[in-house]
Amino acid sequence: MLDALANPQRFMAFSAWATPALALLAALLFAVGIPWALVYSPADYLQGDSARIMYVHVPAAWWALMIYGFMGVASLIGLVWRHALADVAARAAAPIGATFAGLCLVTGSIWGAPTWGTWWEWDGRLTSMLVLFITYLGYLALWSAIEDEAKAARLAAILCLVGVINLPIVHFSVTWWSTLHQPASVFRPGGSAIDPSMLAPLLIMAGAYAALFGALLLANMRAAIYQRRVEAAMTRRARSA
Amino acid sequence: MDGSRSFQLTLRVERLAIARGTRTLFSDLSFDAAPGAFVALRGPNGVGKTSLLRALAGFLRPLSGRIAFAGADEPALALHLLGHRDGLKASLDARAHVRYWAGLLGGEPSAIEPALARVGLSAVADLPARVLSQGQGRRLSLARLLVAPRALWLLDEPSASLDAAGKALLASMIDEHCGQGGVVIAAAHEEFARAPTQTIVLA
Amino acid sequence: MSAVASVFKRELALAWRTGGPAAPVGFFLGATTLLPLAMGTDRALLQSAGPPLIWVTAALAALMTLERLFQADLEDGSLDQLLLGAAPMELIVLAKGAALWLAVGLPLAIAGAPAAIALQTPLAAVPAIVASLALGMAAFIGVGLIGAAVTAGVRRGGVLIALIVLPFFAPAIIFGAAVAGHGGFGAAFLMLAGCALGAVALGPVAAAAALRLQAE
Repeated sequence: MLDALANPQRFMAFSAWATPALALLAALLFAVGIPWALVYSPADYLQGDSARIMYVHVPAAWWALMIYGFMGVASLIGLVWRHALADVAARAAAPIGATFAGLCLVTGSIWGAPTWGTWWEWDGRLTSMLVLFITYLGYLALWSAIEDEAKAARLAAILCLVGVINLPIVHFSVTWWSTLHQPASVFRPGGSAIDPSMLAPLLIMAGAYAALFGALLLANMRAAIYQRRVEAAMTRRARSA
Repeated sequence: MDGSRSFQLTLRVERLAIARGTRTLFSDLSFDAAPGAFVALRGPNGVGKTSLLRALAGFLRPLSGRIAFAGADEPALALHLLGHRDGLKASLDARAHVRYWAGLLGGEPSAIEPALARVGLSAVADLPARVLSQGQGRRLSLARLLVAPRALWLLDEPSASLDAAGKALLASMIDEHCGQGGVVIAAAHEEFARAPTQTIVLA
Repeated sequence: MSAVASVFKRELALAWRTGGPAAPVGFFLGATTLLPLAMGTDRALLQSAGPPLIWVTAALAALMTLERLFQADLEDGSLDQLLLGAAPMELIVLAKGAALWLAVGLPLAIAGAPAAIALQTPLAAVPAIVASLALGMAAFIGVGLIGAAVTAGVRRGGVLIALIVLPFFAPAIIFGAAVAGHGGFGAAFLMLAGCALGAVALGPVAAAAALRLQAE
């Protein structure tokens, strides 16, 4: 399937229907997931209703991480196999991942504030997410800084792959560091057992995020391909004038 | 173009000596340029043509001698310098460049489109400078000379990267400018399509 | 449109095209993240070390953007045209600095809010910090113009600019960190405003003189 999509024309044809389809799926899943999460699922026995923000926070965290993994794979494919659209995919995914990471940080801050007493606490997992967020920013900045697109693609791919190696190291270091400073993590889900009544809405939200990522990824890639066409057209116009 | 314009500037250079670092490029250069003059500067590479132009522009202080402008209160506002580099920003379009030069150098907004048309870039005016060829970039910087009327044109290798049509354009622009009483001082290796009224050979 | 307005507009357009505040603000946020990792999470410690860190990283971020301010113009021939412009060079340089403040300085000041919060600053103190950062960036840019102008032709002048300009940054950093620490809108804030005014008034004059020399 990857090979089939390497052709920009075919990708455009595929994404022309796939993008709205995924957007619709995302809308449906959010329409089911958000009310379920915010209203119908049980309140947490310790934190009450404020824990409901978990349903926004946790999928954002999962996807912020998985999107970076996606970028790593795309970067590798672009570097090694020179797949035409792999670089486009990596770059298109980055702003989405960065936004999810940012969303995770903001919701984490809102979630923790009542418990912490301040608007931010240097929790191990949140700090790792912050480093991931900055990694995303650096990746995006590198793309913007280099004029030659082909070169930018390869350099950014290298950066992304190095980042993939760095993230587990950072996570390990930060978790170790946070055990020095904080005995227990504030956030329970993801690490400990989740009650089934909480699991279902969580998975639906995760699915909604996935569909949203898919739709936005394809939309970004289409925009990038259009941008390339515009640039080529402008160059042709200048030559022929 | 406003054909009724007439410039009044006279340039007088007396016993000019210019040095770059410790090396004296030339000394004791004198010449006059009255309204309508087209002065060609000739000489091998490194002899000081660019330095002379930059000294006339007021950027480089001469070692000795005098540069006098009659008919202009503020010399820096009465001259155009066309250097080696075109002064283009890759991400901005051609029209934006001309509009900027009009604002910066005291030209009228109404002169923007005619200037673009005169240098033959109306069709590509919306394109960013990075997609323009070398020749088109050079033409764009020629538009700067047209959009803000100034008496003295100091041109350093103006026809570099211009094709035959571009060179003809340059010649007709110089023609028009001298016809309006302007002064053109141009440094070049090759012959101009229009004959200069005087030639200075630096050696 | 006047010459000064043309330069100002163009600088904003160019800043927008080349990513605007993204890199400096990203650096600023990243650097302020590193302190707690180095120092631990003791709230009192972060509260006292936070303000100085914010100010030092803001100064470094300012340095980053100043480096290219005149270098590109010198390289592509635009500087000549600025010197021939229908306005005094001092005002043109001021316009460049003002555009840089709007494009980078102000966003960075606003980014000071989440940074301060992360460093355990009480919420009530944050507006003063943002306002002082805005003034501080004006001060940094004002004197930074001089460093940028004198190092415009130097390859890899980044470290050189830092060396030249950091002594001039010192007053703004001192007063700014004081505001962030406990000053609110008090005496330290006024001194900072004075630094900013002085920098904005004098920086362009010296920078213009340096640029005239660069044009030789």
